[in-house]
Amino acid sequence: MSVVSTGVRKKDAMSLVTGKPVYTGDMVPANALRIKLLRSPHARANIKSIDVSRALRVPGVVAVFTYEDMPQSRFTTAGQTWPEPSPYDRLILDRHLRCAGDPVAIIAGETEEDCFQAMKVIKVEYEVLEPLLDFTKALDNKILVHPEDNFKALCDVGTDAKRNLVSTDGFVVGDMEGELAKSDVVLERTYNTVANSQAMMEPFCTYTYLDEYGRLNVVSSTQVPFHVRRILSNALEIPKSQIRVVKPRIGGGFGAKQSVVSEIFPAIVTKLTGRPAFLTYTRQETFTNGSPRHQMQMKVRIGADRDGSIRAIDLYALSNAGAYGDHGPTTIGLVGHKSLALYGSLKASRFACDVVYTNTMGGGAYRGYGATQGIYAVESAVNEMAAELGMDPCAIREKNMVRQGQLMPAYYGEPCNSCTLDQCMEKAKDMMGWEKKPQSWTLPNGHIRGRGVAMAMQGSGISSIDIASAEIRMNDGGFYTLLLGCSDMGTGCDTILAQMAADCLDCGMDDIAVRGVDTDQSPYDTGSYASSTTYVTGGAVVKACAELREKICAAGAKLLGVEADQVDFDGQKVFCPANGRAVTRAEIGWASFEGHNQYLSACQSHSSPISPPPFMVGMAEVDVDPDTGVVSVVDYVGAVDCGTVVNTNLARVQTEGGIVQGIGMALLERVQYDERGKLLNDSFLQYKIPTRAEAGTIRVDFVPSFEPTGPFGAKSIGELVINTPAPAITEAVRAATGHMFRSLPITPEDVAMAIVNDTRD
Amino acid sequence: MTITVLLNGAKRTDEVQADTTLFDYLRSHGCLSVKCGCETSNCGLCTVHLDGKPVLSCSVPALRADGHTITTLEGLQEEAAEFGAFLADEGAEQCGYCSPGFIMSVLAMAGELKNPTVEDIQAYLAGNLCRCSGYQGQLRAIQKYLQAKGGAKR
Repeated sequence: MSVVSTGVRKKDAMSLVTGKPVYTGDMVPANALRIKLLRSPHARANIKSIDVSRALRVPGVVAVFTYEDMPQSRFTTAGQTWPEPSPYDRLILDRHLRCAGDPVAIIAGETEEDCFQAMKVIKVEYEVLEPLLDFTKALDNKILVHPEDNFKALCDVGTDAKRNLVSTDGFVVGDMEGELAKSDVVLERTYNTVANSQAMMEPFCTYTYLDEYGRLNVVSSTQVPFHVRRILSNALEIPKSQIRVVKPRIGGGFGAKQSVVSEIFPAIVTKLTGRPAFLTYTRQETFTNGSPRHQMQMKVRIGADRDGSIRAIDLYALSNAGAYGDHGPTTIGLVGHKSLALYGSLKASRFACDVVYTNTMGGGAYRGYGATQGIYAVESAVNEMAAELGMDPCAIREKNMVRQGQLMPAYYGEPCNSCTLDQCMEKAKDMMGWEKKPQSWTLPNGHIRGRGVAMAMQGSGISSIDIASAEIRMNDGGFYTLLLGCSDMGTGCDTILAQMAADCLDCGMDDIAVRGVDTDQSPYDTGSYASSTTYVTGGAVVKACAELREKICAAGAKLLGVEADQVDFDGQKVFCPANGRAVTRAEIGWASFEGHNQYLSACQSHSSPISPPPFMVGMAEVDVDPDTGVVSVVDYVGAVDCGTVVNTNLARVQTEGGIVQGIGMALLERVQYDERGKLLNDSFLQYKIPTRAEAGTIRVDFVPSFEPTGPFGAKSIGELVINTPAPAITEAVRAATGHMFRSLPITPEDVAMAIVNDTRD
Repeated sequence: MTITVLLNGAKRTDEVQADTTLFDYLRSHGCLSVKCGCETSNCGLCTVHLDGKPVLSCSVPALRADGHTITTLEGLQEEAAEFGAFLADEGAEQCGYCSPGFIMSVLAMAGELKNPTVEDIQAYLAGNLCRCSGYQGQLRAIQKYLQAKGGAKR
């Protein structure tokens, strides 16, 4: 019986729902030092002097480290394949402080209270400098965020630190100016997004210790254990061979934990003191010095004919990297590649971009990774074009969307092998009853309802860069162990990969024991990011199982005294149809351990030259209270093509969860700074994420295509699903109010003031 | 200062400081199901029962529990598994970090509200944040659980 495409429970579900101690913070050695960081109150400053002598006299305080104690090699904390496109622009502690909250001193004590006492008596004299906060003025500004000489860019991404330029990029397909000139209508619009925090429920946390071999062991809530190993080696200036990284259960990541945020501090403390050490960020620190989505400003020119044929889209994006360039050069590419490729009709598309340094918190990876911002801008521009042409926003998409079998010039020239975007549109319209109601109407209580639509795509792993490995072993007695190097961060990849293995080997889920990441024992995997686990690691699992199957057949044939090509394996037994004899899986398992010296195991790696996009249509119905400006999402519909749905429950919950994060981005979430660069909203009181009251009703369905290069026909799901709410809700609010809000989030104040100004006119 | 509490059915007496939170007290006495997601009593992750009522343990001084009954998920394993099975069957536990606090609230709600509507459920649990699930699967699990227990409006 097949378990792929069913909704089996996650293998770890019952331990999670009964509150078992399976997370990093639950397993800290009792004698671990607690760590606290003294952080900069200034967005830009130099440390003139720092005196830790009094802090060191606080009882219980074991060490206080400053920039003078730290290695001097610059590195990046971005969890990416080496050589990382993100510049090497960080030190563990630096004399030059580049954003509020930059670490000034590492305090290690027996208790947190000891650390806080010490923090109070560290004397720091700062040379406070004027910060560069406005990213639209960063390029060639007289304030340089990275003036240091040992700044290093490993990849040619156009970095020029002397201009505050992290990277620059772009591509052109077709004759942009010519197509715009031929278009009946050309719109030019600017859209703004802000930084968003991932706000995963478990803050950044890590503990470290030296093991019996004297090696540095790092237990951490991370999406990228193998990158953590390399980055710590860079930062601490110790060989990778001296580091082991273990990932327990993770309390959510969403990309935040694709950067090495908390690991470095306990690691350097353990290296310098020999003691186990534990650091957990507070929620406040998770907000002030995390790895948020990049703030962007996007300029769109879109040209279309009167009949709704979109000829050309020209997109320029400016991205605020903040103080450090983590993921800056890579997120920006997706802004163009994964938005413009939604439109197969385009005769011309162009993308240009700049990523700049400022003195705000450094950005990072957040679910969607630039595609979210790009799709918001392009889909909003298409909605504005539809309104301008007096066309239904679904109809303009049906006329222009990418379809299966097309080439996608804006998407690295990849073929669109699997795509049901057209059927997703049909499905979403049907679910929403799109054609049964107008796009806006007024309720008896005076509230206005509006509806909007948007499409989205993403990738499935990073083509030719992401690599995944899986090892599957047959054990004594015939059960299997599946060793994985990818990080299950709650999404359930340990389970869905076991589902694939179970189908490949014709066995049940309970026959497969899964073990997640320990860099000493798991096969190499770049990590869980870029929507890669189902597609890329799944590919490795399928290959490894195929190899093991052959070995099982060979072993069974030997026991039966026949040639391997004379037998078959049905999951329970290897049998020979010619003579009717069979040997059970259990017998093969035992035999392989008992004197036969042929322990059965297979390890395979997988990488893909393409990154097949999953697609989606999202539709929002909003309720606008014209008196208060409050916008509520009353109904949201998502129709998704992620290829084969490997786990029906987990894919649904991924989609629902992504949509609610997208609703937060559209209406609530905004990283804000004061005029000196200090973060204003550093708690859940001020940085509001959706509660269940704001989430409304979300309805999701799937229209699976079959991706020929994917395991069991699967693509990806994790990131795609955050991309439609911002443009769909923006359009719904436009339909309801007649106002196009081109900056996120759309706040009640914005809406109420726009409506008030209407009545004044 | 000394407090005496009934913690998950066992009477115990411990030394605490005046500013020790119930959260810190519980974590340091082996109740590791209790999680911290914020420090500002906004996330619901640290929800435990004080005399059967849900409280945020991060904002209750341990001293306040003196002479009272405290229950964490460690003390409600059967109930957690019973409701948790419904959550697991929706795949809605996801990362699981908010699950203990959320489940403490659900169990309190199940005892407190008779035949709750969707609105009642949303209002009762509004203080329990979840960043993974989008709440829909949690709602499906609650409805099925309450129905199985014989009393929920659809």
